[in-house]
Amino acid sequence: MNFEPMNFVHNLSYMGVGMLGIFIVMGVIIGAVYGLGKLLGKK
Amino acid sequence: MTFVEQMDFLWSSFVALDWKMVVMWVIGGTLIYLAIKKEMEPTLLLPLGFGTIMVNLPWSGAIGPEGPLSVLFNAGIANELFPLILFIGIGAMIDFGPVLSNPKLMLFGAAAQFGIFFTMCVASMFFPLNDAAAIGIIGAADGPTAISVAIKLGSKYLPAIMVAAYSYMALVPIIQPPVIKLLTTKKERMIRMPYRPGNVSKATKILFPIVITLVAGMVAPASIALVGFLMFGNLIRECGVLNSLSETAQKVLANLVTIFLGLTIASQMVADKFLVPETLLILGLGLFAFVFDTAGGVLFAKFLNLFLKEKLNPMIGAAGISAFPMSGRVVHKMGLEEDPQNHLLMQSIGVNVSGQIASVIAGGMILNFFM
Repeated sequence: MNFEPMNFVHNLSYMGVGMLGIFIVMGVIIGAVYGLGKLLGKK
Repeated sequence: MTFVEQMDFLWSSFVALDWKMVVMWVIGGTLIYLAIKKEMEPTLLLPLGFGTIMVNLPWSGAIGPEGPLSVLFNAGIANELFPLILFIGIGAMIDFGPVLSNPKLMLFGAAAQFGIFFTMCVASMFFPLNDAAAIGIIGAADGPTAISVAIKLGSKYLPAIMVAAYSYMALVPIIQPPVIKLLTTKKERMIRMPYRPGNVSKATKILFPIVITLVAGMVAPASIALVGFLMFGNLIRECGVLNSLSETAQKVLANLVTIFLGLTIASQMVADKFLVPETLLILGLGLFAFVFDTAGGVLFAKFLNLFLKEKLNPMIGAAGISAFPMSGRVVHKMGLEEDPQNHLLMQSIGVNVSGQIASVIAGGMILNFFM
């Protein structure tokens, strides 16, 4: 086990892309749920 | 051969006993104690604790090329089968109704995955990236996802990751309240959020798991088995014509797989693999992940409040970690402590189930990055 502090900085891009990706996917799902609600009514 | 030599087998095991094995007995005993006395995830920690004792005996026949636990490991864990089958049961247990009647709550599920990625970055300072990602996924607060991702990424720290994931899930009522209190004022914790239930059609409930599978499968194909099995379980529940299958999945199937899962993971908890400094670090990083997941959800709610007329109680953001239903209950209880008339249960449970979806998607993202 080595201590490589710079790896934190190098891998921050994964954090940005990962969080952005989750928000996009959840956004698409939210849109789909609203769409289903409109399409299929409330009952 | 003398009589004494013939009786060698009686004490040969005592001679071969190593202090590390005794430490593992203590760890196994502690897991059993926590399961029984503190009722912390007993369905998993008890088999895990007992299995730990079983595999840490000199020349244990439970492991090895023909040992039953090793055979089970290769048959059900190494190929991810057990966690995936367990997901069918979990999917059948979840009612997505609260989140379907207020879909915006899903955003909190996304925000509360922050701890996964932040912990992954921190862990990458100490571990290779595949192990760091597997450690970060402890923050998914979702045992099967953690196991599945760790196996797919080939992490050698699977036992420690699993112990951390399940232990901290059980400790959510202890971990989350101090973090929430640190990040919110009393006034914020007292914000009321009237629950306005919306009628969700049966067709929507049936189509929801199919839509999620399609969306998640298109975005993160590597995670399709994770999402698909979870959503298949939910489809069984919601379709209305497979009630007996749904009940079987929720109870018999989930219980059966959990027994094997705990015992089989224990096959990896041999002293030489587990008693290493990395294990302590992984346990610490797992806690770190849970703390930052909670913080991510709460801070996101506070951020949204900057733009909203009708303010949200920022505590509900903390329920976005997928420890279901503990996290939702913690938030509800904290709301009642501040104001006995402040009922946040439906909102927090809605956020909690959306966290379940988001954590699986986060697992898929990580697999997409590193596979």
